Amino acid sequence: MSTQSGTFDDLQARMINATAKVVPMHRQIQGLKHLMSAKKAIFGPRRPMTEFVEKPIPDVSTLSLEDIDVSNPFLYRQCQWLPYFKRLRDEAPVHYQKNSPFGPFWSVTRYDDILFVDKSHDLFSAEPQIILGDPPEGLSVEMFIAMDPPKHDVQRSSVQGVVAPKNLKEMEGLIRSRTGEVLDSLPLDRPFNWVPVVSKELTGRMLATLLDFPYEERHKLVEWSDRMAGAASATGGEYADESIMFDDAADMARSFSKLWRDKEARRAAGEEPGFDLISLLQSNEDTKDLINRPMEFIGNLTLLIIGGNDTTRNSMSGGLVAMNQFPEEFKKLKAKPELIPNMVSEIIRWQTPLAYMRRIAKQDVELGGQTIKKGDRVVMWYASGNRDERKFDNPDQFIIDRKDARNHMSFGYGVHRCMGNRLAELQLRILWEEILKRFDNIEVVEEPRRVQSNFVRGYSELMVKLTPKDKKEAR
Amino acid sequence: MGTITFIEHDQTEHVVKFKAGCSVMQIAVDNAIPGIDGDCGGECACGTCHVIVSDDWFRKTGTPGDDEEQMLSMTPERTGTSRFSCQIVVTDEMDGMTVRLPEFQM
Ligand code: HEM
Ligand code: FES
Repeated sequence: MSTQSGTFDDLQARMINATAKVVPMHRQIQGLKHLMSAKKAIFGPRRPMTEFVEKPIPDVSTLSLEDIDVSNPFLYRQCQWLPYFKRLRDEAPVHYQKNSPFGPFWSVTRYDDILFVDKSHDLFSAEPQIILGDPPEGLSVEMFIAMDPPKHDVQRSSVQGVVAPKNLKEMEGLIRSRTGEVLDSLPLDRPFNWVPVVSKELTGRMLATLLDFPYEERHKLVEWSDRMAGAASATGGEYADESIMFDDAADMARSFSKLWRDKEARRAAGEEPGFDLISLLQSNEDTKDLINRPMEFIGNLTLLIIGGNDTTRNSMSGGLVAMNQFPEEFKKLKAKPELIPNMVSEIIRWQTPLAYMRRIAKQDVELGGQTIKKGDRVVMWYASGNRDERKFDNPDQFIIDRKDARNHMSFGYGVHRCMGNRLAELQLRILWEEILKRFDNIEVVEEPRRVQSNFVRGYSELMVKLTPKDKKEAR
Repeated sequence: MGTITFIEHDQTEHVVKFKAGCSVMQIAVDNAIPGIDGDCGGECACGTCHVIVSDDWFRKTGTPGDDEEQMLSMTPERTGTSRFSCQIVVTDEMDGMTVRLPEFQM
């Protein structure tokens, strides 16, 4: 294993080789520094890597409150998260864990308290990063999900347009035809894994569309962001080899700058600008020179692919899991397809693809009878807030016509509220509309395999068997 | 008591009755006005209850607070008389007010 500075040099060299023809070197080095910090924003510092080894998690009723550690990356996989968070909500809604592998942290687990923390950006900072692991030393972070106002607002507004509803209207037809293509190619005679074939494929296509990224290389977008969000040191994920991530970073820098330059050239040659992110940035006075600020440029692109990757993917898989656990709801849906939009919100509530966001207290704050000290880490467990019985009736039930499904916290609240929320809803709505046109049933035939992470709540394997609609009534 | 008129982006009008003391978002949701989601339930934390108040009524709705200003500034469809309807508490003086809905909510 190389030392930290060794790896840094290595990466630097690789990046410069990769992109010297496209971007002047000094800018590259800036871009590199940025990447280091951007990476850390998502998956934490480079320190001796913890490898997590799965052990059976004890029943929560056998533990004392202080021993409850909800940062365990196997809590979700072992389906233990429900009783763990219920106990915290009931007995210690603002709970301190002193000794987690990620350091000490507070857990906020009730809906109202989470909303309060998320809204109060004056009391709780999103800097320097939003996952549980330690903050990096002396490195600035350039992803606006981990910036406070006013800097956050400036950055967000420069990229917001690409996923704003106005732009989405332009994309709906394309999303629908691509979704249809994928569904039409599925095997009807045997079980298959829905995750790579549908959920990953559709999100990969979407990301490629947003960035106008070379379509044949779209799998790269998925792989980069999978590894970034799945680092062991950050979220307890399965990727412990950091050197691969450094290769990724170099690769990303190269691809993204090339993308920018190509687009610039095509435009100069008279091509109409598209509705992709790069075209949008190039059309805007404030951002038309963004390539000259590589730290910002790469940061914003990276955030978009990470933000839109496993979140939507796991909602696409999670919906099927939910329908199979609650088969009455699928019947209800077939009888009333107009419930799809509300069902989409309910899927996102029930799945809660991202378990939490992290904050740092900017001053001492009293919350739930506890004193959170300035500098303490505070984790807002959206996954728990979405199952808070004080807010939702029968919160663990999946109910597609739930009245207040839209009140879920899966997109967060306040200034950082998910920028891609409408895109995610659109993708899921189209997926289910197209599913209902084609299939009479989608049966989950094996227990799904869940991802190892305390942050991403998703599936790596979901074996399903399709029943096509009777030909006569189809389409 | 009074009435308030919501005009959707496609010009569909909805005239509804209100009792003073609740928010314009609540009135919209209670009357199932399409285009107002109110995801955060009135906490000024989601930006999905955006309305455009007609010029003559704008001043009567008060001034947006800091929280509202912050969230409004992130709203792509913002206009000079935009408000989050959860932050407008109706009074009897607002009888007859008209608000327009943007094409999209955040
Ligand atoms: C079901 C799907 C999704 C879920 C559950 C989700 C969840 C979240 C959450 C919890 C946050 C942070 C909120 C907070 O701190 O209060 C967030 C922020 C963000 N999301 Fe999503 N997201 C989804 C889809 C997407 C998509 C499709 C994109 C883009 C293509 C995206 C891009 C972003 C960005 C850029 C931010 C940062 C916003 C800011 O800091 O101002 N997300 N998302
Ligand atoms: S209801 Fe969320 S901002 Fe008004």
